[in-house]
Amino acid sequence: MSSKNSILTNIRALVMEEKLLPSIPDFEVAPDLEAAFIEGIIGNKGEVVSKSDLLLLIEKSGFKKIYSSSEIFSQYSNCALPQKASEFAELDLAIIEGQFGVAENGAIWMDDTDLGLRAVPFITAHLVIVLKRKNLVGNMHEGYKKVGLAKSGFGIFVAGPSKTADIEQSLVIGAHGAMSLRVVLT
Amino acid sequence: MSHPKLAEEFLKDPERAKWHDETLWIVRKNRDATIQQIPEWEELRELGSQIKDHTLSKLDFYLEELERKATENGIIVHWAENAQEHNEIVGKILEEKHCNAIVKSKSILTEECHLNPYLEAKGIEVVDTDLGERIIQFLKQPPSHIVMPAIHLKKSDISEVFHRELNTEKGNIDPIYLTYAARLHLRDKFLNAKVAITGVNFAVAETGEFVVCTNEGNADMGVHLADTHIACMGIEKVIPKREHLGVFLRLLARSATGQSITNYNSHFRSPAPGKELHLILVDNGRTKQLGREKFRNSLKCIRCGACMNTCPIYRRSGGFSYESTVPGPIGSILSPGIDIKKYSSLPFASTLCGSCTDVCPVKINIHEQLYEWRQEITKAQGASLKGASMKIADTIFKNPLVYKLSGKVMRASLKNLPDKLIYNPLNTWGTQRNLPELPKETFQSWYKKNRG
Repeated sequence: MSSKNSILTNIRALVMEEKLLPSIPDFEVAPDLEAAFIEGIIGNKGEVVSKSDLLLLIEKSGFKKIYSSSEIFSQYSNCALPQKASEFAELDLAIIEGQFGVAENGAIWMDDTDLGLRAVPFITAHLVIVLKRKNLVGNMHEGYKKVGLAKSGFGIFVAGPSKTADIEQSLVIGAHGAMSLRVVLT
Repeated sequence: MSHPKLAEEFLKDPERAKWHDETLWIVRKNRDATIQQIPEWEELRELGSQIKDHTLSKLDFYLEELERKATENGIIVHWAENAQEHNEIVGKILEEKHCNAIVKSKSILTEECHLNPYLEAKGIEVVDTDLGERIIQFLKQPPSHIVMPAIHLKKSDISEVFHRELNTEKGNIDPIYLTYAARLHLRDKFLNAKVAITGVNFAVAETGEFVVCTNEGNADMGVHLADTHIACMGIEKVIPKREHLGVFLRLLARSATGQSITNYNSHFRSPAPGKELHLILVDNGRTKQLGREKFRNSLKCIRCGACMNTCPIYRRSGGFSYESTVPGPIGSILSPGIDIKKYSSLPFASTLCGSCTDVCPVKINIHEQLYEWRQEITKAQGASLKGASMKIADTIFKNPLVYKLSGKVMRASLKNLPDKLIYNPLNTWGTQRNLPELPKETFQSWYKKNRG
């Protein structure tokens, strides 16, 4: 017997009464979604900045390699998506667009269509996500309703920069992935 | 070795033990603070519990649906009855890819299956990429906590091992400096690995996808740079629908560390063009646990670690004293199901205070199951030494005259017993306890004088 059959047979041999699957009710959400979202991002050690702040930052930063799939910042983009992700190892800044943000925790949903290359939000030294204000939802339940059963090979909620507290519980930003996350609300 | 013996080792450094206790308590308090912002928290726990109960009651159905949908998505699904088979599947994939170095993000299942030593014996370099896991890998230690694997170590320990392994400045204990050294070291590993292994937090039957949550982004750095991604999951990680992720992602990070969500929550549904994605479904004793009605719902666990952070015994004895892949209260109800003899002391490593049950995001009745395991273990061990003393007590309590007499004899002997008899190594009772101070007279004679 294959391992699959053996495992399934073992389970079926147990007499188990089927337990009820509950439905998820609608829960109340924050009255001011934008304020809650900003608080969420700050809590995750990210930042919400204005478009002009970001432009200033890019100009002052001296970033050499910038990739932007966001129209608004396309004039700063100086490279295209590579074939191999490792060719982005020296990427200083990536600017991408998020589909929607979740007010309760600052999480932003993106999938293959937004990322182009799945490694982009991780391999870049700094990450900027551009998000439309009107695309904020209250909580994760509303978020998954919005995702629905849409088919994408990869999807992700990014909520902040790469961080760790594995050394004596001291919070350090920039473990392996992006060392900062900035969100521009438009 | 038994839990009390190993706990004694841990407590030999009282300052470090105190720090361990306090650090985990801070994490527990962070959890409390964050859940207070969610008015529906208790409702979410109930939903999480019911969804898991439902899934377990139809586990065969959901596993088959998961396999079917995942296969449709282009994921290669494997089944493994035990650890050996799981390791062989991984080994075979690596062989096919002519791969001799892999990167691996946190997976408690691969710890459980002892995948690292299996692969290393085949000459494959395994690099654990979670910072805490990399640290303990350098030290050849197992994780002491499922969420914070290096929680037993101080900055100075880590500085020392990084100086040895990564050539960092001797004596530099700055966490930022040390983390950046690890970042550079691991980046090189990420850029060169052909195969990446991850665990699975949740797998969705409806969509055939699975979700991996990290804060460091190490799982994603690994898999998106490699050509092949192997994800390993216990069969209890399946949930019915995508909408259920909303419930579990709200519960998981808040319970684990007090964050509102982990910073990266990746949903893998099909491989990127030109790449390969494998999913291994592992039993390794889970169907047996499913068959034990009293212990069935221990399989609802989402591995948040909240029960460890709150447990007065875990905090004061450290993860290593459990000698099992999953330590703490949840480990103490899972491990005896795997090996009742080896883990027989674990269900006794508890005050049965019930704090674990109170914080569990999926409402596992952990402390009640600890109590149940005690019954099972006592039965399995047969009559113990305590049996003889219980028989004596039985005679004493049955007969009022003997009871009165024995009281007098006890009082006399307790007063005169030499300390050596109580606090000697043969009397385990005396090692962690002090005798109470003896009142001047018996309650009976006090009652006669004052109320009689």
